[in-house]
Amino acid sequence: MSKKEILMCGNEACGEGAILAGCRFYAGYPITPQNELTAYMARRMNETGGVFIQAESEIAAINMVFGAAVAGARAMTSSSSPGVSLKQEGISYLAACELPCVIVNIQRGGPGLGNIAPAQGDYFQAVKGGGHGDYKMIVLAPNSVQELLEHTFLAFDLADKYRNPAFILGDGLLGQMMEPLQIPSRLESKTYDKRWALTGCSGRKPNIIRSLLLSEGALEEHNKRLQAKFSAIKEAEVRYEALNVKDSDLILVAYGSVARMARAAMSEARAKGMKVGLIRPITLWPFPEKILKETCARAKKFLVVEMSAGQMVEDVKLAVGDKAEVNFLGRMGGGIPSEEEILQHIEAII
Amino acid sequence: MSNIIRTKNAKDKIRKNSVLRPESAPSAQALKSDTQPAVVFCRPASLRDIETHYCAGCGHGIIHRLICEVIDELNIREKTIAVAPVGCAVIAYDYWDFDVSEAAHGRTPAVATGIKRVRPDNIVFTYQGDGDLAAIGTAEIVHAANRGENITVIFVNNGVYGMTGGQMAPTTLAGQKTATTLQGRSLRREGYPLKVLEMLAVLPGTKYLERVAVNSAQEVMRARRAIRKAFVTQMQGKGFSMVEVLSMCPTYWGMTPIQAAERIKNDVATFYPLGLVKG
Repeated sequence: MSKKEILMCGNEACGEGAILAGCRFYAGYPITPQNELTAYMARRMNETGGVFIQAESEIAAINMVFGAAVAGARAMTSSSSPGVSLKQEGISYLAACELPCVIVNIQRGGPGLGNIAPAQGDYFQAVKGGGHGDYKMIVLAPNSVQELLEHTFLAFDLADKYRNPAFILGDGLLGQMMEPLQIPSRLESKTYDKRWALTGCSGRKPNIIRSLLLSEGALEEHNKRLQAKFSAIKEAEVRYEALNVKDSDLILVAYGSVARMARAAMSEARAKGMKVGLIRPITLWPFPEKILKETCARAKKFLVVEMSAGQMVEDVKLAVGDKAEVNFLGRMGGGIPSEEEILQHIEAII
Repeated sequence: MSNIIRTKNAKDKIRKNSVLRPESAPSAQALKSDTQPAVVFCRPASLRDIETHYCAGCGHGIIHRLICEVIDELNIREKTIAVAPVGCAVIAYDYWDFDVSEAAHGRTPAVATGIKRVRPDNIVFTYQGDGDLAAIGTAEIVHAANRGENITVIFVNNGVYGMTGGQMAPTTLAGQKTATTLQGRSLRREGYPLKVLEMLAVLPGTKYLERVAVNSAQEVMRARRAIRKAFVTQMQGKGFSMVEVLSMCPTYWGMTPIQAAERIKNDVATFYPLGLVKG
């Protein structure tokens, strides 16, 4: 695969990943720190003959994506934390109607209007389901400009494969920073059968897209089917990066941009003779429980680092149970844990 | 069902006899046919043969049928994609024999926008009630209209939330008693009934806006012509078209079907004037 390298910000890389995946429908609404993505899509949709709509609201944007997905298109919307809160209604409907699409959250500080600094306070919303009802999204957590492109590309395939919304959980740091990016000249994107899509009922019986199921037991059956699908995703799609987990006494757990600080702290700690490893969940749902469980056979201490008051740490605790001690370092409201801060915690715990 | 004339083979009969003249009386030739009785009135091919879930005297059934007649007449059934609302017509897809999508309450025009932009060659219409369109979905309808989306909106205005028990709608008339305006709608407390068509008429993106009613045979035929014109507006690529249909809700108006039809003429249509608003 031949590759050219360019300098790009994370938000734009995310947009290019979508274009490479064949996304030709984007609807969004301006919000910092993801504005470069909306602007990039406006330009690229124009160049590729796709559809770009600056919607009247986040609510309208997600519902335009719903419509585009109904019509069988690869469609995307993006926003940042407060805007993603507005999209939750639509996300529940998309999941219920089994419509593939990609939603991007370049997180900022919260709650409320918060600020425009990087944060990871929307983990629960993304992973546990911010909308109503029992549903799951496939949640990918890139940690570089390169991964923002690659994960967005992957998200479209996963969404189509499972007929389910896929979600990119980034943050303002990843979205805004520029890094050298290798744009693959050729990426293989699969095409999926979309016989369910609404195209007009020419030569076939009419298709109906609905989540309203009123007859006795029908909704429970639908839910059981959705849950079976989620189980299949859990079985097949867990992704993570594990470094030095075989010989470590302490395992750092971090995702997204924080995982980069954690990795640097790990290297520093190992240089000082401390046996420290890192597990970086790449899919936040499905969560990499198995590797965490396996790691506790050796490592008896964990340090979870997040830009939140402690959200992913709950899933780490669920995975390791009473097999290891789980510590937490969190910064909120735009605070970013530094390499030194993480190292100090490692030294205090180990 | 047994007391209803079965029209299972409606499509075949229409083709064989060519007697369905929706805009005029059956042809003399058809009436003279001596091989089998001429079909002068039958279920449109686009309308499914199911039992209605609507209350007696409700206008939804009439409006569903009019849409199907127009779709048959324009021969666009296989190109049509409808977006159903939340409200009494939430299961419109049970009645219509073409592609239909659900939408969250009020988001119908946004969903239709997504569909139409992806498939500009399809005919896309939304079917919305007054709660869906004029309350929770105000932003979506205004902006779809303002963008001049080439879609058709059928807006059913019966002045109440029927599905949830007859609460006040934005279109509820002054003084009208509902489940949430027990003493009648007070203009000082609840504000004024919303005239959506007149609001949308000032937007350059709207190309055809008409208000009709389904309270009498005469008005039904006018409604049918308006719905047809709205679809044709879309087929000609002109832009946003919308028909507001004043409809009866005898159940939550606390009236008989006949009284409800009279009320449209005497009270509702005096506040919401019938006729062409723009186009």
